[in-house]
Amino acid sequence: MGTTASQLSKESLSEYQELTFLTKQEILLAHKRFTELLEKHEKEQIDARVPIGRIITLPELKSNPFKERICQVFSTSEQKDGSLTFEDFLDLLSAFSDSATLEIKSHYAFRIFDFDDDGTLDCADLEKLVNCLTGETNDAKLSSTEMKQLISNILEESDIDKDGTVNLSEFQHVISRSPDFVR
Amino acid sequence: MSEIIVVDPISAGRNRGAIISQYCNKTLKLRRRRQTRPSIRDFSPSSRPSIRSYGMEGDTTDAEVSKRERLVNNLQNLPVSDRVRMLRGMPLSVAEKKEIRHVARSHRFFLMQKEKRILSNKKLSCCSQLKYYIIIVSYPFWYSWLSFLHSLQPWQTLLKRVSGRFGTGVLSYFLFLKTLVFFNVFLFLVTGAFLVLPQAVHPPYRDTTSFSGLELLTGAGSFSHTVMYYGYYANYTLPRRSRDEGGGQNASTLTSDSQQFSYNMPLAYFFTIGMAFFITCIILVYSMSKTFGRSFRINKSNSILTMKTFSCWDFKVIKKKSVQIMSENIGTQLKELLAELTQKHTKSTFCKRFCRLMVHGVAWTICIASTTGCMAGVYYFSEFIHKVRLDGLSSPAKLLSLPTVVSVINLLLPALFNLVGWMETYESPSVFAYVAIGRNLMLKMSMLGVLCFHWLGRVCWEDFVGQELYRFLLMDFIFTLLDTLFGELLWRLFSEKVLKRKRKPVFDIARNVLDLIYGQTLAWLGVLFSPVLPVVQILKLFLVFYIKMSSVMLNCQAPRKPYRASQMTTIFITLLCIPSLLGASVCVTYTMWSITPSTSCGPFRTLDTMFKAGKHWMEILEKDNPSLSVLSKAHTYFVENPFFLFVGAGIFLIVIYFHSQVVDGQRKIISLLQDQIQNEGEDKKFLINRLQSVHKQKQDAGKRLKSQVSHLYNHQHF
Repeated sequence: MGTTASQLSKESLSEYQELTFLTKQEILLAHKRFTELLEKHEKEQIDARVPIGRIITLPELKSNPFKERICQVFSTSEQKDGSLTFEDFLDLLSAFSDSATLEIKSHYAFRIFDFDDDGTLDCADLEKLVNCLTGETNDAKLSSTEMKQLISNILEESDIDKDGTVNLSEFQHVISRSPDFVR
Repeated sequence: MSEIIVVDPISAGRNRGAIISQYCNKTLKLRRRRQTRPSIRDFSPSSRPSIRSYGMEGDTTDAEVSKRERLVNNLQNLPVSDRVRMLRGMPLSVAEKKEIRHVARSHRFFLMQKEKRILSNKKLSCCSQLKYYIIIVSYPFWYSWLSFLHSLQPWQTLLKRVSGRFGTGVLSYFLFLKTLVFFNVFLFLVTGAFLVLPQAVHPPYRDTTSFSGLELLTGAGSFSHTVMYYGYYANYTLPRRSRDEGGGQNASTLTSDSQQFSYNMPLAYFFTIGMAFFITCIILVYSMSKTFGRSFRINKSNSILTMKTFSCWDFKVIKKKSVQIMSENIGTQLKELLAELTQKHTKSTFCKRFCRLMVHGVAWTICIASTTGCMAGVYYFSEFIHKVRLDGLSSPAKLLSLPTVVSVINLLLPALFNLVGWMETYESPSVFAYVAIGRNLMLKMSMLGVLCFHWLGRVCWEDFVGQELYRFLLMDFIFTLLDTLFGELLWRLFSEKVLKRKRKPVFDIARNVLDLIYGQTLAWLGVLFSPVLPVVQILKLFLVFYIKMSSVMLNCQAPRKPYRASQMTTIFITLLCIPSLLGASVCVTYTMWSITPSTSCGPFRTLDTMFKAGKHWMEILEKDNPSLSVLSKAHTYFVENPFFLFVGAGIFLIVIYFHSQVVDGQRKIISLLQDQIQNEGEDKKFLINRLQSVHKQKQDAGKRLKSQVSHLYNHQHF
């Protein structure tokens, strides 16, 4: 019951609408954008996969420093290569939509920030996160002392069980207290 | 021998089994909550909360299948809306959710078939059959109606472009504008349906003044004898029985001998305005409490750094240059925060603090003095203009002079406040933003207060006030146009060509939002005197939207200062509610309650106050149906009795006190729970260490035994 040649069946449309936070219009628009990314021969396949190289050419993701992580997190491929099917794409859009719950957003944010995929945010993950945030230009990057201080502050504030890493519950606890987590 | 790894259910960030079991528990709790209260006996008396609610769960793979079955079982027993909500909220991929949903549905279908077979033996009443059919048929319609509503959202693409380049801060300004448009549309629908339409269908007299273009500017002239203003409205019931073509002064309500539809105009006028304000107030208070609830934090902790790191990235921004600017901003902010934290410990000396206080005092004195000076100036000028008008020398220029003066003051004085603010030093930029907003607000409210005071008590003053407010709205719009033109377009050209700087001007969000709130206050003040004013306001807001949008895209750049979008939205909605709507309601209520309406125009011509229209109607109703007298007695006894108001206010205060105590208690519980989690973490580490050391001991003992045995064996052989 995946995507047939180039049309979405009515049944799958209403099913997707029930399972995600997107409206029917948004799902149809997503389908249009997704099929634009497919090559000619892939358009006939059901459940075609688009490799990560083509996904990150989308204008919404092009300048985003987290684009590779986003593709990795939402991908359901066996080889863990970051390729997305249409349903993965819908998952992505649903998590970033305005009507998604805080829990969904924080869950996926945690996975995106967890660069080594071990289920917790440790010092290396936090360092990579801050470097992504501040960009590549040298004058905005934090020096190593500032980085150490920042990481120790973050761990002090959010690590409740004092095990040196931030796990999902602690992350969600910090996020729930921050009203600006709107994206 | 491998080490024992204990999987902690709390730290399994992406383990699917953990997610499924977590949602299993959630659905169970939801089911229980819907049906009965969970009894305390269900929980085993354990001192460790984590074990109590999770049960002993190991995350092995074959347990996942049984867990999924349990989840499906729980899901299908929930009502449909809850089920959909649960499924949506699960952080699993769409493919997995589809599977779960399919299984749940087929189970439910099977159960329903079973139920149907059982029930078809007892004759299913046609009511519940009908209910089933309605539910089955209406779902697709409900979904398509929802998507249609969503597609009606105006300006979607434009807003996306703005947020893509400038981020959530500038977007919040345009969203605020959209909210104001909706409020005005609602107001217009109400007044249009109940006031303008009936009166337009039954015009009381014909007017012969011709239309010249100046009416659009001044609002007077041929406009003053149309539905636009208060004076046109009849003070009798429509349609009129006795034809009296001179603009009659008939005060009787001719309900008794009208066979067709009769419409009591004064009553309609009074109730429509009252209801419109009341409903707007309720909507505004509700949205204010919602946004306040979102931004209120129970625990005023100092985890600013963490929150900044985790939540500052604005995923709506997609243009490369903007993304670069945002990264630079974040880097600078983090550095500033770190520097602040290290410097917090240096205490400023007494002398420094005293100097700072002096500077603040001087700044505030300047602001208050300039505001008072402007208030006095506006008052005397308006008296002067009024005398000139009474002498009959009113030309459009003279009519527009007062609004122009007020708009110029509104434009120049905030610039003065900004200058004054530069010489002060504040602890943080957000405090500076709040102080600036406070000063601007004080200026605008005092301007409006002086004008309100000046307008009351003239001949057919309601018409005059309506016209003045129309002129004020118009001037406000013209000055917004000029400000956009000069402030943004010309400044950009000037800085590019003359100063040769690359920097474009920054869009000042707070000032623009305050301008919007000021315009809306004028509209609310004026709706009593000019029921068509919401239309003018809607047109003005539409034009402002497109002008500001194009100006922002062409001339401005993304703001450099950090912008706390949700907190600012709360503040804007609060400002819209408390000074703006409340002030307008107080003025309108005061006018309705105690001011004598003018005797020559309008629907309340012969009454002492507008409020008497309502009372008059109640008396007539009472005469006709004596059983309704209990209502009026209740009204006299409760609403007009000060004792009851005291008691009501006392109860209200008690409820507030109670709630604040609950919040305090919850704060204490949060800190206790945090300590508990910390202790459990330490317990866990201790237990793991012990387990490992015991395991190692066993291993060592085993090794020693083996070596001893082999040693013995070797010995035996020799």
